[in-house]
Amino acid sequence: MMTKFDIVVIGGGHAGIEAAAAAANMGLSVGMITMDKYAMGRMSCNPAIGGTAKGHLVREIDALGGMMGRIADRTGIQFRMLNTSKGPAVWSPRCQSDRKLYSEEALRVIESIKQISIIEDNVIEIITAEGKIEGVKTKLLGDISCKALILSAGTFLNGLMHTGLNSTKGGRFGEKPAIGVTESLLQLGFQAGRLKTGTPPRLAKNSINWDVLEEQPGDENPQPFSHHTDKNNFPFLPQVSCHITHTDESVHKILERGFDRSPMYTGLIKGVGPRYCPSIEDKIVRFADKKQHQLFLEPEGLDSDLIYLNGFSTSLPAEIQSEAIHKIMGLEEAEMVRPGYAVEYDFFPPHQIDLTLETKLIHGLYFAGQINGTSGYEEAAAQGLVAGINAALKIKGEGEFVLKRSEAYIGVLIDDLVNKSTDEPYRMFTSRAEHRLLLRQDNADRRLTGLGYDLGLNSKSARDQVIARERLINKAIDLFGRLKLHAKDINSFLNENGSNGIDSAETVSKLCKRPELSLTKLLTIVDPEEYPIVNELMSDSPALEQVEIELKYEGYMKRQQETIERVEKYETTKIPSTLNYLILKALSTEGREKLHKVKPRSIGQASRISGVTPSDISILMVYLKH
Amino acid sequence: MKITQSEDTITAIATPAGFGSISVIRISGQDAFEKTDLIFSGKTSITQANTHTIHYGKITDDSGNIIDDVLVSVFKAPNSYTGENAVEISTHGSPYILKRILELLLKHNVRFAEPGEFTKRAFLNGKLDLAQAEAVADIIMARTEVSLKGARNQLDGLLSKKVGSLRDMLINASSFVELELDFAEEGIELISYKELSSKVQKIIIEIDALLKTYSFGRVIRDGVNVALVGLPNVGKSSILNYILKESRAIVSEIPGTTRDIIREEVSIDGVLFRLFDTAGIRVSEDAIEKVGVLRSREAVRAADIVMLIADVEQGMSSELLNEIILLSSEEKVIRVMNKIDLPHENNINYDIQISALTGEGMNAFLDLLKNKALGNSTYSEKSALITNARHYNSLQKAKENLSAANESIEKQMSGEFIAVDLRNAIDNLGEIIGEVTTDDVLNNIFMKFCIGK
Repeated sequence: MMTKFDIVVIGGGHAGIEAAAAAANMGLSVGMITMDKYAMGRMSCNPAIGGTAKGHLVREIDALGGMMGRIADRTGIQFRMLNTSKGPAVWSPRCQSDRKLYSEEALRVIESIKQISIIEDNVIEIITAEGKIEGVKTKLLGDISCKALILSAGTFLNGLMHTGLNSTKGGRFGEKPAIGVTESLLQLGFQAGRLKTGTPPRLAKNSINWDVLEEQPGDENPQPFSHHTDKNNFPFLPQVSCHITHTDESVHKILERGFDRSPMYTGLIKGVGPRYCPSIEDKIVRFADKKQHQLFLEPEGLDSDLIYLNGFSTSLPAEIQSEAIHKIMGLEEAEMVRPGYAVEYDFFPPHQIDLTLETKLIHGLYFAGQINGTSGYEEAAAQGLVAGINAALKIKGEGEFVLKRSEAYIGVLIDDLVNKSTDEPYRMFTSRAEHRLLLRQDNADRRLTGLGYDLGLNSKSARDQVIARERLINKAIDLFGRLKLHAKDINSFLNENGSNGIDSAETVSKLCKRPELSLTKLLTIVDPEEYPIVNELMSDSPALEQVEIELKYEGYMKRQQETIERVEKYETTKIPSTLNYLILKALSTEGREKLHKVKPRSIGQASRISGVTPSDISILMVYLKH
Repeated sequence: MKITQSEDTITAIATPAGFGSISVIRISGQDAFEKTDLIFSGKTSITQANTHTIHYGKITDDSGNIIDDVLVSVFKAPNSYTGENAVEISTHGSPYILKRILELLLKHNVRFAEPGEFTKRAFLNGKLDLAQAEAVADIIMARTEVSLKGARNQLDGLLSKKVGSLRDMLINASSFVELELDFAEEGIELISYKELSSKVQKIIIEIDALLKTYSFGRVIRDGVNVALVGLPNVGKSSILNYILKESRAIVSEIPGTTRDIIREEVSIDGVLFRLFDTAGIRVSEDAIEKVGVLRSREAVRAADIVMLIADVEQGMSSELLNEIILLSSEEKVIRVMNKIDLPHENNINYDIQISALTGEGMNAFLDLLKNKALGNSTYSEKSALITNARHYNSLQKAKENLSAANESIEKQMSGEFIAVDLRNAIDNLGEIIGEVTTDDVLNNIFMKFCIGK
């Protein structure tokens, strides 16, 4: 008898986990096919979750009912909020994870969801009929039928690892590549490309001279990613530090000696690597005037002997790597347990998917994660979640789930992928989000918990809590905009706090805009007898934080909101999906091709497609008015 | 959705209305050649003709009556102004002939072009970009030589180049801000707020300089409105006549005869002036004159320059001057003392003294008028110029956003609050040259800074 699922997910990485969990939690049966279930959620690169903009993604995934934040909270061994010297919009949570525990926890989470069956097998062919997904053919189990297929195979499609001039087939150190899936998709008419990413060497913990290195501890008061996490028991694991060192010119000199055996410079590697995460050899070549580069020594786990040398990604020959490392301060005696390597893999340029992550070519086939050209666990997880949700919605006949750029970083991510496609691994940055001031990690739950509840991914109590808090926030903002404090009552308070006195009465809202006055401080001079909301706020610190941010940066937020409203009219000007761009000779050649490829839903989306000029947009608008 | 736009064939008279020695009828569209052949008979048919050739022949009506001897120029797509098949028929310049030919074309299902439709088609067919299309409209409307040069200058892309370089400067400044936000952990050397502020201010100054060309740009595009105001009988009409070198307004010794506003257009050294001779402002019960007075107030309000004219006999009326300043503004007023040919005492209350009768001081007077109109701008054909209101507004908005950014810098706000206004300013400049992409800043960062752990 043929095995049957509503949805099959290929791959048990960060995208696969979210896709499977979301679809199963929405009530569908899910088969997750992985080559090795003990590699579930394995961190193939650095042992960390979050970071600038990526932390935002994790918070959004969590607010929508995803798994990444919960797993990271239970397995984190150092938590830091980055960028706290800046404004709230660019604060980003990040944690170092215990690599092994993360993977175990991911497996535990997936195994605990009854609707998911984990299948250890290899997919060798994708089965379709009349442009619709039918199932997959696997090595051991044979045919598996499904209504939707989510492909999240990471770097495993025809993976090829390079160290020096040696190359090995594989998706990750010690793991086999996946062969057959790409070929199957090419036959269906998909277009594939090749990308490259790299990873640094791993060092033996006890061979490092820790005493000379600068220590980078975690936050004193660590904050979890997930609203599920019980703050009283957090953090769950003992906390450890990272350490910082740097290269110098003697290190660079040794590395240069290996350039003639670099797979990058000899042309062996064809794939395009990420510019924001260059290999150490690339840094030396492109920024020759920089005499040193910072390196971070990150622990791989509590009882792991491995140290991850962040900043030293390389594919130079192993002996060169080892020799250069010995010139680095603190690493003179370091033992290189495993050399760094570059990995090349197939991806499918993402203009081939829709904003739901469903492919335009095959109904019921979804792409998520690195095969869409992204890099990073968080980017992958975000796509996995959206793909899982959309696959489930489609099977249930309940529409689709597309987040706007003004709603979430996840919306920015997918919109960028579909419209700009990408020729290098795509990573999230806060500067990619034009509505950055409003898309904060601190308000992810306000923005998305309700949506997660509507999808069936969040509990009613989680939703109700957000609604109640929202009411409190709005009530407080409204009150503080009206409540005036008088000079005679507060001038001594202002003086004490290094703030100028006032002549006429000022609202709390206005006073709060003074950098030296926190809302908490200001509330000490508001009578809680007369205004009980003061006590309510003081006992709900997330609400207090929201009110403070909204009051302090009111003008900026307002202008950002206006920008959203201004672009909204372009977003709502729909383009019929039947429009044949190829007969619009008025369009620029590149614009016409790109529009034909992407088939944007709205003028707003069309305007973001790379290669589409404002003239093209004017032309489209003229035609649409006809 | 059916796209019929470029399939139908349109026509219009391309030359100005009235009698001229020749007139041109334009036809554009897929069937332009076939449609022409339906009314044209010559040695070769237009459908068979090579592109960019001229053919002599006759236009005949359905009954074979000859309407005119004509020359037909043939332009094959895409090598025509509109990018479509196009024909220009040169006829003898008679409104009657034109009317007959157009009637014939309409009968054969050629449609009358809407205003600007030829240019619109050229734009839609990728023959012109948006800024160029706007420039074409300006060239068509150009009534003076300088005005034409201004439009040409835009068509040649001088403005785009200038705005493009400003945008690049801004992307650079913005990169420093974003670098600190997205790559703070990387141990990158950052620039100080002081340095950032000076970068932003430098761009504001450049934008300001560009904005200042607008009043001049507008002047050379739209012309200058000049109101001639003064008590009755000070010689407003004589001055006007001197300028026009022909008498239109009634010049009379009886006060108050110029009861309506006389409007004349005149080109002085390539700049278009629109002169309004207003009714003399004075106390009067005469109803007709009251209307005139009311109109002159309107003319003063709308004027770019107000010439307050007095004569040596009555002197400059400070009452009238005050009234004009209320309606207009002080810097727009030129005080002119007329009739210096008459015996008079020295009076210092004027900007220039003249005699419209003898022509004394009139050259200096015209120079003053021109300088007032052009301001201090030194216009050279090589410099970028703002002549278009859309461009002006975008630049104005860019300036406002940059000022807001600078304010945030001075308040030592965190980078993301500065970035939001810088980004808007980058978009504002992008609107002018038609480049709006969010990746420019990141690309610049990747190119210039060593980032990435």
